[in-house]
Amino acid sequence: MAEGRITFRIIKDVLFKAVVILSSFIMIIPLLLIIFYIIRNGIAVINWDFITSLPKPMGELGGGIANAIVGTIMLICNASVLAIPIGICAGIYLSEHKKGRIPAAVRLCMEILQGIPSIVIGIIAYSWVVVNMGTFSALSGAAALAIMMLPVIVRATEETLKLIPESLREASLALGVPYSRTIIKVIVPAGLTGILTGVLLGVARIAGETAPLLFTAFGSPFMNMNIFKPVDSLPLLIFNYATSPYPEWHAMAWGASFVLVVFVLGLNFFAKVISKKWKVQF
Amino acid sequence: MAETAASDKTAGARSDVTKYFQSKTPKSSVASDSLFKALLYGSAVLMLLLLGGIIITLLVESIPAIKATGFSFFTETVWDPVFQEYGALAFLVGTLLTSFLALAISIPFSLAIALYLGEYFREGAFSALLKSAVELLAGIPSVIFGFWALFVLVPLVRSIEIQLGVVPYGVGILTASLILAVMIIPYSASIGSDVISLVPAELKEAALSLGATRYEMIKKVVLPYARSGLCAGTLLSLGRAIGETMAVTMVIGNSNMMPKNIFSPSNTMASIIANEFAEATDTVHVSSLIEVGLLLLIVTLIINLLGSYIIKKMTLEQ
Repeated sequence: MAEGRITFRIIKDVLFKAVVILSSFIMIIPLLLIIFYIIRNGIAVINWDFITSLPKPMGELGGGIANAIVGTIMLICNASVLAIPIGICAGIYLSEHKKGRIPAAVRLCMEILQGIPSIVIGIIAYSWVVVNMGTFSALSGAAALAIMMLPVIVRATEETLKLIPESLREASLALGVPYSRTIIKVIVPAGLTGILTGVLLGVARIAGETAPLLFTAFGSPFMNMNIFKPVDSLPLLIFNYATSPYPEWHAMAWGASFVLVVFVLGLNFFAKVISKKWKVQF
Repeated sequence: MAETAASDKTAGARSDVTKYFQSKTPKSSVASDSLFKALLYGSAVLMLLLLGGIIITLLVESIPAIKATGFSFFTETVWDPVFQEYGALAFLVGTLLTSFLALAISIPFSLAIALYLGEYFREGAFSALLKSAVELLAGIPSVIFGFWALFVLVPLVRSIEIQLGVVPYGVGILTASLILAVMIIPYSASIGSDVISLVPAELKEAALSLGATRYEMIKKVVLPYARSGLCAGTLLSLGRAIGETMAVTMVIGNSNMMPKNIFSPSNTMASIIANEFAEATDTVHVSSLIEVGLLLLIVTLIINLLGSYIIKKMTLEQ
């Protein structure tokens, strides 16, 4: 009797482990399928022309996504210019003031900002920038993306600088170095890799964002370098082409997906390598 | 009396010393110090103003809609911009249906991954493999999930619907929930595995030494201990599912009607904004969409704050 029960219990244990392993690996199936489709359909359309030329009107063969690539780079650069300096400064402030009412409020505020749905950020950028400028523009898209990027940078900066030992700061202050130079020349360089990782992760977060761009950057089939005019971006182009009824555009959307996935996953990978390889240990 | 005099004296001496050193240090560095501190303080306060501005803007911009529709905004199901009727109940229902269905689909898998990474394979090649798969999945942009779902999942669901004998739209709540489930698994799984690996080894060893099998130990010790953290992870992924826009917009079918069952096309709060905001010209229409956005913000905010509060409490208890 007891023999039978223990075998039953062991069988249940083994079965449970098998179920856990099996269901864990089921999750990999959609991942593999997504990557398979992007590679299979993406590689087919990618060539030099696809990367460097502008989209052709419907009905003509060929054409590329150069406008979207340039637009994406433009949006990312502008958003970075808006978000990185302020984000790093706020992160330094939080790491310098561990206690107190304002730092606690700012921390809570960062948490809330991180959780705001991206489409709501799009509404905000619309009513702050687009309404006041009277036109859709790259600038408004960049503003929306900057808001999305901020919490990532602030948190990464704070978490990194918190770990830097007090002795480093004291040594610098004891030598008579003013506070501002201590921060800029000693503390920030010591935590540079962590901050850089945060910035890269922030860029990776916004590079694939579509929702906040729908009614800010808006999209445009032309090459545009003016930040006060609408621009296209890779995710927007994928959305517009994927929901169109034309198979040629679907093929182009797969190509654009391939470029975007390589870019975003590359950024994530790069951030990981940086944080692993160049991490300063104390 | 004497004491205060003495302390006054030392204070005076200290301020003398400070003054001496301040006179020795270049004026510009003292000035730049205070400027630098002001800069740090300013950017931190700017964050508060940013969030305050966001909330106030949403409130102010949705006033015309609140005035025009009042409470019927939450109880009416007819959303018809042509006839100026704005009832958001159908979108609320659509949002809740898709996100809870996605949650129900994702929970078994994310729990399995959490146990796999947090209990069975904490280190080694097996764990590294699954970990990088989860990270890859979390890194793929949502528009690509939507695109893939539109071309792979929609035909699949359509053929299932033909088999079941319901109207074969292909797009609809079920399709949106399936792709949402795939998208939120990485989040709840990574939080879950963190929480499960926090379970103290002594408790687990005690159970094992009493003769429990690993399954019994997990059932009786690990899961009850990690329960609140697992709930918090589920809440946070629910918050993501509710706010998710692009993938849902592409496969939900964009119908403003009240959904009849899980196969029918619908709209969520996020997808109605994505679909109509750029084309809305009428003030009340724009304002109604912003009110939907405000509602969306409030719902996700409550869910996220509750989730992170539970997690923080749990980590502090360790």
